[in-house]
Amino acid sequence: MSFLEYAPAPESTAILNLKSEYGLFIDGEFVDGSGEVFDTISPATEEVIARIAHADASDVDRAVAAARRAYDGTWSRMSGSDRGKYLFRIARLVQERSRELAVAESLDNGKPIRETRDVDVPLVAAWFFYYAGWADKLEYAGLGPNPRSLGVAAQVIPWNFPLLMLAWKIAPALAAGNTVVIKPAETTSLTAMLFAEILQQAELPAGVVNIVTGPGPTGQALVTHGDVNKVAFTGSTGVGRMIARQVAGTSKKLTLELGGKAANIVFDDAAIDQAVEGIVNGIFFNQGHVCCAGSRLLVQENVHDEVVDRLKHRLSTLRLGDPLDKNTDIGAINSAAQLERIRTLSDTGENEGAERWQLDCTVPDKGFWFRPTIFTRVSAAHTIAREEIFGPVLSVLTFRTPDEAIAKANNTPYGLSAGIWTEKASRMLAVADRLKAGVVWANTFNKFDPASPFGGYKESGYGREGGRQGLGAYLESAGWEAPAAIMESAESASSAPAKRGGRAKTTKKAVAK
Amino acid sequence: MTIDHPVALAPAERAVRLLGGDLTEKALALHLDGLAGVDAVGLEQRAAGLATRSIKTSSKAWALDTIIRTCDLTTLEGADTPGKVRSLVAKAVTPDASDPTTPRVAAVCVYGDMVPYAVEALGSVHGDPDAGLVSVAAVATAFPSGRASLDIKLADTREAVAAGADEIDMVIDRGAFLSGRYGLVFDQIVAVKEACRRDDGTYAHLKVILETGELTTYDNVKRASWLAILAGADFIKTSTGKVSPAATLPVTLLMLEVIRDWHRLTAEKVGMKPAGGIRSSKDAVRYLVTVAETVGEEWLTPHLWRFGASSLVNDVLLQRQKLRTGHYSGPDYVTVD
Amino acid sequence: MSRLTVPKTYKLYIGGKFPRSESGRTYEVTTPAGEFVANAALASRKDARDAVVAARAAVSGWAGATAYNRGQVIYRIAELLEGRRAQFIDEISRTEGVTAAAASAQVDAAIDVWVWYAGWADKYAQVVGNGNPVSGPYFNLSVPEPTGVVGAIAPQARVGTSLLGLAAVVAPIIVSGNTVVVVPSQSAPLSAISLAEVLATSDVPGGVINVLTGSPAEMAPWLASHADVNALDLAGAGDIDWVELQLSAAETLKRVLTPVNGVPAPALERITAFTETKTVWHTKSMR
Repeated sequence: MSFLEYAPAPESTAILNLKSEYGLFIDGEFVDGSGEVFDTISPATEEVIARIAHADASDVDRAVAAARRAYDGTWSRMSGSDRGKYLFRIARLVQERSRELAVAESLDNGKPIRETRDVDVPLVAAWFFYYAGWADKLEYAGLGPNPRSLGVAAQVIPWNFPLLMLAWKIAPALAAGNTVVIKPAETTSLTAMLFAEILQQAELPAGVVNIVTGPGPTGQALVTHGDVNKVAFTGSTGVGRMIARQVAGTSKKLTLELGGKAANIVFDDAAIDQAVEGIVNGIFFNQGHVCCAGSRLLVQENVHDEVVDRLKHRLSTLRLGDPLDKNTDIGAINSAAQLERIRTLSDTGENEGAERWQLDCTVPDKGFWFRPTIFTRVSAAHTIAREEIFGPVLSVLTFRTPDEAIAKANNTPYGLSAGIWTEKASRMLAVADRLKAGVVWANTFNKFDPASPFGGYKESGYGREGGRQGLGAYLESAGWEAPAAIMESAESASSAPAKRGGRAKTTKKAVAK
Repeated sequence: MTIDHPVALAPAERAVRLLGGDLTEKALALHLDGLAGVDAVGLEQRAAGLATRSIKTSSKAWALDTIIRTCDLTTLEGADTPGKVRSLVAKAVTPDASDPTTPRVAAVCVYGDMVPYAVEALGSVHGDPDAGLVSVAAVATAFPSGRASLDIKLADTREAVAAGADEIDMVIDRGAFLSGRYGLVFDQIVAVKEACRRDDGTYAHLKVILETGELTTYDNVKRASWLAILAGADFIKTSTGKVSPAATLPVTLLMLEVIRDWHRLTAEKVGMKPAGGIRSSKDAVRYLVTVAETVGEEWLTPHLWRFGASSLVNDVLLQRQKLRTGHYSGPDYVTVD
Repeated sequence: MSRLTVPKTYKLYIGGKFPRSESGRTYEVTTPAGEFVANAALASRKDARDAVVAARAAVSGWAGATAYNRGQVIYRIAELLEGRRAQFIDEISRTEGVTAAAASAQVDAAIDVWVWYAGWADKYAQVVGNGNPVSGPYFNLSVPEPTGVVGAIAPQARVGTSLLGLAAVVAPIIVSGNTVVVVPSQSAPLSAISLAEVLATSDVPGGVINVLTGSPAEMAPWLASHADVNALDLAGAGDIDWVELQLSAAETLKRVLTPVNGVPAPALERITAFTETKTVWHTKSMR
């Protein structure tokens, strides 16, 4: 065996203390779901890890009722500093159980343990720490001196960063004074269940956070529930569209974090080795299951061959395999369905005339795997340049001038993120100005921080998560009481009573303290 | 202002091939200044990523042996004596008397005036490390500062070679480099390389120390690496070990990338030596990983890779002992040198 | 027979270590009734000088840490205080002459002050910093940065301030990356040194917080005139000649916060008073 083959370095699962079956987490307790229990499997081995409860509409109703009771009776009456203290406790517990959470996430999602250990779980703790500090400082959030929480938040999250997406949703919602009913993705509910145990250890008041596991219809029941004040969704643009239609005409506030087809723009004066790392990180990190993945490489034509050459060479030391091996770089595709989608789109790429190159590496017999793939000679007209593949597939296009790079980068209904690689600061700033993307990474990629707002333009959704701006999704300014003088003159001028300011509301609000 | 007549450089074969026949300082400067930049944050993150590799069991055992096998066991103190050098040599030849499977180090590294004692102490073990014998490397050219006339630096080199040194570790003129006099730095390396020539026409191997801690920026390190290779270095080396920071993983990664690019361009293999500050086996293994994943594992052999270290060997021996016995070892079970 | 106690020696806290005053002096700390409690070190001008050196040395590491890291470290101070409530309640009730309940309330309030400020570390820059829409092809960003070394006089009242007053003054100073030399309540200094023990066992690097027990009237002038101190918090200097201090500080143009009554309320302004706003411009062009 050559040195580069590296002996197996498996992370042990002995740290886990999993139940064979998990219930729904409603009102502070694990309870049975009314739907049929389903399996969650390891995408690397196809083995069953545990059985997960299935919430039907009646369970969702119970959960929303619990959240409403907790909001009215406890959470909206609690001081901001006390809310903050609960969030600090949760952050600390996540840190204390970080290895256990990292192993469970890798097992259930298929992503490498090195990523869950070094990226996902530390960010989860950081997100709770960050928003804990906002809970008693909401007058500085930019929504006036007395911003108000919204009430009950319905949240639906995807399978690509299960625990991290849960943190992105729950931390700001709670800091702002809302209570939550959250639905994890069907294929990745495990860490949400461990998180529920952490909530019990933190002694979070019952009903403040409720977790309803289940397939798509569970999420549907949740976002369409009449007693919900806020909907937050991260997932595909298709489902996002549907949800936007469903909240139309209601008073529910909505934020969406949807798909992307980010351009990673490499200029000829880029720091080339670091740009290659950035490209690799951009599309192969997390098996490409990232909404903000740099799935289109826009490389300046005069350095195309060199960049592609170095890129292929760099990929040769990527290791695909057992997610629980500490040396694995590329883990499993999350599900058979997703694997099928990636295969189909890749075939389309070839059929439409792009040139396919695939990393030559061994793939395990069981599980869902896709080798890192690069398509060159891709044009903007190709399907693989427009559709989000959500897999380890890179499309390479070229450009000649900065203007052309921007035109191509922006030529998409999406607008989540973009990358710029150049050593010239004035160009970097000017290009960043013109890119229609909510997150621009310059000379880096896929960097996340709870202090940094994240979200998209156009069909990548609306609203931001992270930073001060991230609170905006879960608060509203206090209503404006027009001075009496104005109201009197309005009433005398017309026969109809004047309308007061503020949104039409169906449920009570509380002033966030 | 007028256009100055371009300053000709000493004709080093690699530079002539790459830059063209009438080799001038201007041509060299254009090449060095035209190299792609280095983003420090990205470079350091890549190094940090390589450092997360988990090297266990059989890979670890091979790595530990490779570290010893590619070590230049070093003493470079004002207080060095013949006795100290003999002691070092004994350690180099028999790192762990309690375990005969322990490989020998690649070389001992001493000041030029200590070379005769090293050669004498090695006796029949003196020879090619690829064949399991031990070489003598001498620092030269007014090590560590490099602040002396060229004549003195060349005399320093010639004496060490004449005394039997197989390898010369020279320092570049950092003052000249930082003030933009690339031609001067280049010419000195070419001259020292020539001073490594023996009467029989063979050459001592030349390692060129960049002293990366004084060059400070990665862009400078990249330029200096290219310059040294073009001037004829057999090895490029990070540091003298007398300045902090000495070797770091990111700087070593960068220099390996230059070696990789030179190899892609010419199919020639240049060697690499990080020196100073590598004390633990854990750190040294990270360097091996970086080599393997940047230029390939064929570099992990004495004629292309060395660690410049003194206390590293003992830490590796402790790790070897643990692998062998199953329990943690202690300082009493490894010898001082 | 009752157990013989092992009374604690209270020293200064400078550079992460606990030295006695270089002057060798101490003073008696008593209960309000005059009963002996302990000897505390009486800091001298040379101790002040050493403390400023230590504080300056600690600036680059502390200011260079990530905001997240500083927030975590300050939060940990609160955690450790929470774990040692009993010790602090005991010291406070004896020295301040208050009931255990009142002492407990003060400890709670002090912990909450640390938590409040900890949460600001990675946020205040988002509230007081901003991009500026200048007229021209320029990127323009204003960010707050820590000013450096701050000298501080903590509230001096015997009752109700020994731990809380110290927290209310020190926490906002260090949150942004400043380091501090603080003179705690002279009559009730023990909590300050016990807090220093907490700091020494937390992750706060040595030199970030330096505690000089003793006389503010003696110490403050040396801090006010010191050319390597960037700012002065005179919160607890109401009963000494603070105008003279402000005049002295004017020589080196220190930033000065004037005295307050009682304990300063937690406020964003106490953080920003010790920051400088840096505005950076950069050209933007596609060509």
